[in-house]
Amino acid sequence: MHKYLPHTEKDIEKMLERIGVSSMDDLFAEIPDALKGVDLDLPESLSEIELREHFERLASQNEPLVPFMGAGAYDHYTPSVIPYLLERQEFMTAYTPYQPEVSQGTLQYIFEYQTMITELTGMDVSNASMYDGATATAEAMFMAVKKKRKKVLVAATINPNVLNVLRTYAHPRGIEIVLVDEADGVFDKDDLAEKLDEDTAAFIVQTPNVYGIIESLEGVADKLQDNKSLFIINQDPSTLAYLKTPAEWGADIAVGDCQTLGVPLSYGGPYIGYMATTGKLMRQMPGRICGVTEDVEGKRAYVLTLQAREQHIRREKAKSNICSNQSLMALHVTIYLSLMGKKGLKEVQKTSYNHAHYLKSMLEKLPSFEDPFEKPFFKEFTLKTTLDPDRINQVLREKGYLGPLAQGRFAEEKKDLVTFAVTEKRTKEQMDEVIRILGAM
Amino acid sequence: MAKYYGDLIFEKSVEGRKGYSLPVSPVKDYDMDENLLREEEADLPEVSEFDVVRHYTNVSFKNHGIEKGFYPLGSCTMKYNPKINLEVSKDPRFTSLHPYQPVETVQGILQIYYETQKMLAEISGLDTYSLNPYAGAHGEHVGLMIIRAYHEAKGDFKRTKIIVPDSAHGTNPASAAVAGFDVVEVKSNCEGDHCDGTVDIDHLKKVLDDEVAGIMLTNPNTVGMFEKDILEMAKLVHDAGGLLYYDGANLNPILGVARPGDMGFDITHINLHKTFSTPHGGGGPGSGPVGVTKELKPFLPAPVVRKAGDLYLVDGIGKDSIGQVSHFLGNINVVIKAYSYLRTIGKDNLRDIAKLSTLNANYVKESLKSHYKLPVQEICKHEFVFDGLKDNPHGLRALDVAKRLLDFDMHPPTVYFPLLYREAMMIEPPENESKQTLDAFIDIMKKIAEEAKEDPETLKKAPLTTPVRRLDEAQAARNPRVKFKDLLED
Repeated sequence: MHKYLPHTEKDIEKMLERIGVSSMDDLFAEIPDALKGVDLDLPESLSEIELREHFERLASQNEPLVPFMGAGAYDHYTPSVIPYLLERQEFMTAYTPYQPEVSQGTLQYIFEYQTMITELTGMDVSNASMYDGATATAEAMFMAVKKKRKKVLVAATINPNVLNVLRTYAHPRGIEIVLVDEADGVFDKDDLAEKLDEDTAAFIVQTPNVYGIIESLEGVADKLQDNKSLFIINQDPSTLAYLKTPAEWGADIAVGDCQTLGVPLSYGGPYIGYMATTGKLMRQMPGRICGVTEDVEGKRAYVLTLQAREQHIRREKAKSNICSNQSLMALHVTIYLSLMGKKGLKEVQKTSYNHAHYLKSMLEKLPSFEDPFEKPFFKEFTLKTTLDPDRINQVLREKGYLGPLAQGRFAEEKKDLVTFAVTEKRTKEQMDEVIRILGAM
Repeated sequence: MAKYYGDLIFEKSVEGRKGYSLPVSPVKDYDMDENLLREEEADLPEVSEFDVVRHYTNVSFKNHGIEKGFYPLGSCTMKYNPKINLEVSKDPRFTSLHPYQPVETVQGILQIYYETQKMLAEISGLDTYSLNPYAGAHGEHVGLMIIRAYHEAKGDFKRTKIIVPDSAHGTNPASAAVAGFDVVEVKSNCEGDHCDGTVDIDHLKKVLDDEVAGIMLTNPNTVGMFEKDILEMAKLVHDAGGLLYYDGANLNPILGVARPGDMGFDITHINLHKTFSTPHGGGGPGSGPVGVTKELKPFLPAPVVRKAGDLYLVDGIGKDSIGQVSHFLGNINVVIKAYSYLRTIGKDNLRDIAKLSTLNANYVKESLKSHYKLPVQEICKHEFVFDGLKDNPHGLRALDVAKRLLDFDMHPPTVYFPLLYREAMMIEPPENESKQTLDAFIDIMKKIAEEAKEDPETLKKAPLTTPVRRLDEAQAARNPRVKFKDLLED
């Protein structure tokens, strides 16, 4: 038997006897013969030594680059404590906390995670996590639409991948997505006012947006409220160390991706989406929510609550089909925010901010780059270039860097725009080298 | 079980403490526009690194995990999560790759993605897979959108209904609704009160019409019964113009034995965190790859990983694709762990997983049917369902048995599901569990059944030894306190 399988011949014999059958095949007798006996074209098993060698070959086919790109995935530092704690079997191998008496560990960190998300966003309540920022935004859209309001306005300055996910989710439900035009790198408030009508369920905006620009959301909430439409803000939560919160802007639902809270890049996942909302909308929110209660002895205890919203209770009437989410990544975020704390998160973000502003100011001095927008940004910024973005990336790659995002990837007419992202991990030496390389082009 | 530990990290906070260190930056300070800044700073804890380690270590002690003890949670396949999978997945040459790195610099990780697609397709008898869906329910949502896209591509817009058995997982009807379908329930075969969860074919015939887009099935079903008439059902659904969706939650007992594709299923999802051993993580991150027949391949979500010559490539949204369902390529670090498992198990051991998980379930079932009501007598696959205690003079419930099990360091079965039985206890003892473990479980279950007759109060009070005792769940819902500040307001 394989090392993962404990049964001896003798065990099997005894067990079959108890069951009252004579062979293992008898256990599969009801499966039609027509279905059985397929010879699978699969590789034979590898020993651990061989597997390691195989993985060494695979890993050596990857060449991690030092990123100056964000576009939804940012290279922040992961403190060593996090993987160490995440790997504790109590956290890693447990499942959904359906038996709260032996799942207080999971439930407690979910409660702490919810608290931290509400602190960052200023909202009243957070759920236990969503898959990623894009699907969290789509779930927020579902929360907002009603039978008679099936139009959702989306700022054209949203990350195009998030928009793609919204479109995919919207289509089968007959939800109409209408873009609010872009003007000078931000969404056009006049166009929003024009497109807002009695069919509009919600307006979705991302800040900082696809160019890295911080959107000004002054007055938006009032307009939406007057129209009985919901205000959904998708925001990188790490920027909330400094920036005005979704609650301060008057959002009804705040969503985004917590990858920026120290989650490794990992070629795109696992990351973790967050969703937070107002007390008023709490019972409309999808996903798990952990609340506090007491046990029979009066001890404080944590438990999944308001489960009447969920699929395992309500089936087709549930608010969402979400079941497994990104629980362990919620623990990741919770530990990250505990380590960073009040001051550390600000320090990381301020360094990222300073470095991004330094890089931009130096690149702007080069004749080949200019700022087409001149708007406030955080750690990601967009420049117009006379250089070929592909060539920029090729030259930087030769030096081990992942260059800026070419906006032409998303839209042909933006092919002269490139978007850099800088985190606390990028040193002045690295930035100066990039400046030198680009200056020499 | 560990002692009670109720402190929150916020209650450990002391002003001025910190748990991080950062390099001193030589870059000057740039101003921020005051108008864009938040008024109050986020009230995050101030703790030292060691405070954090000790706190979360103590928090962890309050959880039951599979490495500590038996975890026969039905339909969840709580199998061993091999250490080597974790180790190889942590290589920085996987974890530090940006998702937009040029494909030439990520050939290793793309090879893993590609070969996992191939292996899953071979195991399930389908053409290919997308590994982008993040979890089982996400896979269902994606699969249902593919069903819709298929019908719409044929110009057929009248198919608005999805058939779901009454024994199905809650996610099935929920996913159908999320994907914009109306749910039609098909009944299980029942004799009197006793239903075996298999589909009543006569009822299926009645609900099949030209408005049906497809049917969602788990095979074996949630009672652990294999749908013997699956080939006939597939023909009926296909003849009516519908497609068959396979919920892969219960794939474990047919690995290497029978394939959903050969049964007539057009679309599947597989839970890598169940069948292919990736950690459940307290409820994710999982991975719910979606497989399709050749005919449905154009509808798969983007991005798509393919191979051209010796090079692995990533394609954007094709013209028939349902579109994007994830920001990038899904929970790819989870996929790496499943790939490591698949290569470790290999063709030569795959069938043993099916056999031993089935052997384990039947062994426990036969050993305990003297003490617990067994609604379905036939040979089951990897799991089965009891309907409460057999001899039950004090009217104890499945919940009481479940809570008492906690006192013996064992995780209870899934209770009150499937909905076919009032006192459902769904037991799944995966293939990694030895006869000794099963015997210990059997002994304890018998002891509890005896207690139920002689000492019912103990069961009603159980658990007695866990970090917290039974909870007042109604209080939590009546007065939702969902963040630390809600506790301070009391």
